[in-house]
Amino acid sequence: MRVMAQMGMVMNLDKCIGCHTCSVTCKQAWTNRAGTEYVWFNNVETRPGQGYPRRYEDQEQWKGGWQLNKKGRLVLKGGGRLKKLFGIFASPVQPELKDYYEPWTYDYKTLIDAPLGDDFPVARPKSLITGEDTKISWSANWDDDLGGAPEMGHLDPIVEKVRRESEDKIKFAFEQTFMFYLPRICEHCLNPSCMASCPSGAIYKRVEDGIVLVDQDKCRGWRQCITGCPYKKIYFNHKTGKAEKCTFCYPRVEIGLPTVCSETCVGRLRYLGLFLYDADRVTDAAAVTDVTDLYESQMDVLLDPNDPEVAAAALDQGIPSDWLDAARKSPVYALAKVYKVALPLHPEYRTMPMVWYVPPLSPIVDLLSEQGHDAEDNGNLFGAIDALRIPVEYLAELFTAGDTDKITEVLRKLAAMRAYMRGITMGQKPDPSIPAAVGMTPGNMYEMYRLMAIAKYDERYVIPKAHVEQAHDLEEMGCSVDFEGGPGMYEDSPFGEASGRPTPVAVENFYALKDRQTSDTPAGEQSLRGRVNLLNWDGNGSPVGSFSEKRDQPRAAPPSPADLRPPTDGGAL
Amino acid sequence: MWDVLLWGILPYVMVAILISGTIWRYRYDQFGWTTRSSQLYESRLLRIGSPIFHFGFLAVIAGHFFGLVIPMSWTLFFGMSQDFYHLNALLVGGVAGVCTLGGIVILIYRRRKTGPVFMATTTNDKMMYIVLTAAIVLGLWTTLASVFSGEHGHNYRETVSPWFRSLFILQPDIAAMAAAPFSFHIHTLVGMILFVVWPFTRLVHAFTAPLHYLFRPYIVYRSRDQEPGQIRPVRRGWAPIGTQDRTRDKR
Repeated sequence: MRVMAQMGMVMNLDKCIGCHTCSVTCKQAWTNRAGTEYVWFNNVETRPGQGYPRRYEDQEQWKGGWQLNKKGRLVLKGGGRLKKLFGIFASPVQPELKDYYEPWTYDYKTLIDAPLGDDFPVARPKSLITGEDTKISWSANWDDDLGGAPEMGHLDPIVEKVRRESEDKIKFAFEQTFMFYLPRICEHCLNPSCMASCPSGAIYKRVEDGIVLVDQDKCRGWRQCITGCPYKKIYFNHKTGKAEKCTFCYPRVEIGLPTVCSETCVGRLRYLGLFLYDADRVTDAAAVTDVTDLYESQMDVLLDPNDPEVAAAALDQGIPSDWLDAARKSPVYALAKVYKVALPLHPEYRTMPMVWYVPPLSPIVDLLSEQGHDAEDNGNLFGAIDALRIPVEYLAELFTAGDTDKITEVLRKLAAMRAYMRGITMGQKPDPSIPAAVGMTPGNMYEMYRLMAIAKYDERYVIPKAHVEQAHDLEEMGCSVDFEGGPGMYEDSPFGEASGRPTPVAVENFYALKDRQTSDTPAGEQSLRGRVNLLNWDGNGSPVGSFSEKRDQPRAAPPSPADLRPPTDGGAL
Repeated sequence: MWDVLLWGILPYVMVAILISGTIWRYRYDQFGWTTRSSQLYESRLLRIGSPIFHFGFLAVIAGHFFGLVIPMSWTLFFGMSQDFYHLNALLVGGVAGVCTLGGIVILIYRRRKTGPVFMATTTNDKMMYIVLTAAIVLGLWTTLASVFSGEHGHNYRETVSPWFRSLFILQPDIAAMAAAPFSFHIHTLVGMILFVVWPFTRLVHAFTAPLHYLFRPYIVYRSRDQEPGQIRPVRRGWAPIGTQDRTRDKR
């Protein structure tokens, strides 16, 4: 057993409202440079839809990921080592810019510079590639919210597949059936095919946290990784001639901050934490014969951090004990392996992806409520999950390699949780038969509800800091945490707020951010002595003096958390 | 005098620049060491032109090795007559040369005619293309010249090849090279210029041909840098780190 730690992410798709905030903040942080105009390390796709780049899931076309050869051994779908080398002069299968989209900007200057005339000046779209006028005809989320679905919906490779398998049952009802959002980042796979495809060996997996990175100095631009990645999450920077990819925001994660996409997620649907896995078993697990067994074999690779044998082996192999603690508290492990509600995206690519998804129940709930049913009744929900074949089959193609039983199991759990908690919230007697119907105890179910519905920042993001002697040098040269009294330095200076030496900006950001994200009081309440700093106000509470007093009677107090106490049936975890 | 300069001194200058330039660039410009592929912009012509050019070029290199390094006495010893050798060199070399030339013509046409590809072409690239194309054309000329100039044409294995080998033992046989016809002189000269500019152009990607891919494990684990976040000192290099944003108000 070779225990290794892996940073993982879980996204709860029911909470995604498709606002693209994660994409935008990620782009601002990482890909707002020349050469990466078309690159979105994080993108949000509307499903059903073609995705970005278009139809990336059609591996018969794009040849990403792994497959089994005749002898049952794992080989790259794009071809073996020799074939890759012979194809190096012109990558035989590679998405072109038109498969992503041609990035553009607008000629805003005309709006100001145009001479006086009868017509209003227009900011024309200009291609960021050629600099010429361009016609905008596609983008990273052109089919957002099912835009153009009647014409293009059938181009979704999964729709194609589901249709093929169920013939005309869904032929026309399809477009009205359901919709959900799928935010995607690099999967930071345990068995990455991009890495295996790289002729230079420039892509590597970090031993400490499993983050997959491209060594920009070693990359020579052979472009094989782009073909190799079935999720098409490696991009070619056409200015530098190097491959670039999602970094899991490693500079942030190293100091215990969540990734930018997680941090800025409006729906708070992302969870970050550690997995422990057995690195020796990865290849075998990825090579099981039946694709529908891949989910199970991937689960088997994950190790239980509470198992003393695993803990001993982990310590033995140099995983620090605070990392073990973090692994025990890991929300992603809980969602994936304990509650078994998070599923890997496309396990059939055999890359062992480490970004997991809680599948959305909303397509089913929406449909039920549209038809006038009580969409939170467990009987209705269970019935609908069994009856609504199309959404279930579609989700199965995404998350369980087509196995509808597994996805049904997960959806039933989510439905049960919804119905069970609805009962409690409405003051009814908890119905233990609901959790029992999905093989859970009431206590278990309540814990799962807590994690999925009301987990605080610290519970959603359990990120152990990197162990380095110079951790304080992470953000700024020569800036140290013990600057003027260390972590306490954020407090008042002797002669007022701005006195003393200027605070290194990184330290200020780090502590201000942490302070703001983890406290229940308005930011800077103490340090500003009651004064209001609207720039730092995070909407948490209302700073004194910033709003006029309410004239009308006070609103009814919200239900206190005590009302949501777990049932006392002794069903603790 | 000119002969000494061209065939006695220049080769060593060329080698010195080639080696030291490559080492310098390898040390200081890892980030700029790339194929700078333009496949993202255009794929159709590249898929035809690039493999033809590259495989042709590899064959040309093999041919040069065979012609320059292996002495005539060896091939004669193994029973390969001069006529047979010459025919072979003409056929195989001619095909390889034509492929290389055809490939590069396709690639240059593509580069000029595809807007984004042309925009991504630097002055450095243009100079390189001139030298590279000149070397290829002149090389083909030597081959063609030997076809049309009489029975066997000039036997470079009695002039150029001995000179080439003599360079390695630091006793350049200048007289042998001087005896070769003009077409060989000019081809050799342009070839040397090509090698001089090689380390300073995108051609360096050839020096890191990823042959080790055949032997390395598929999954690469690497420890985090032990001193993370330490900003590397800005060193003088070939190209500045990062890229300049496109000037948008070029209009």
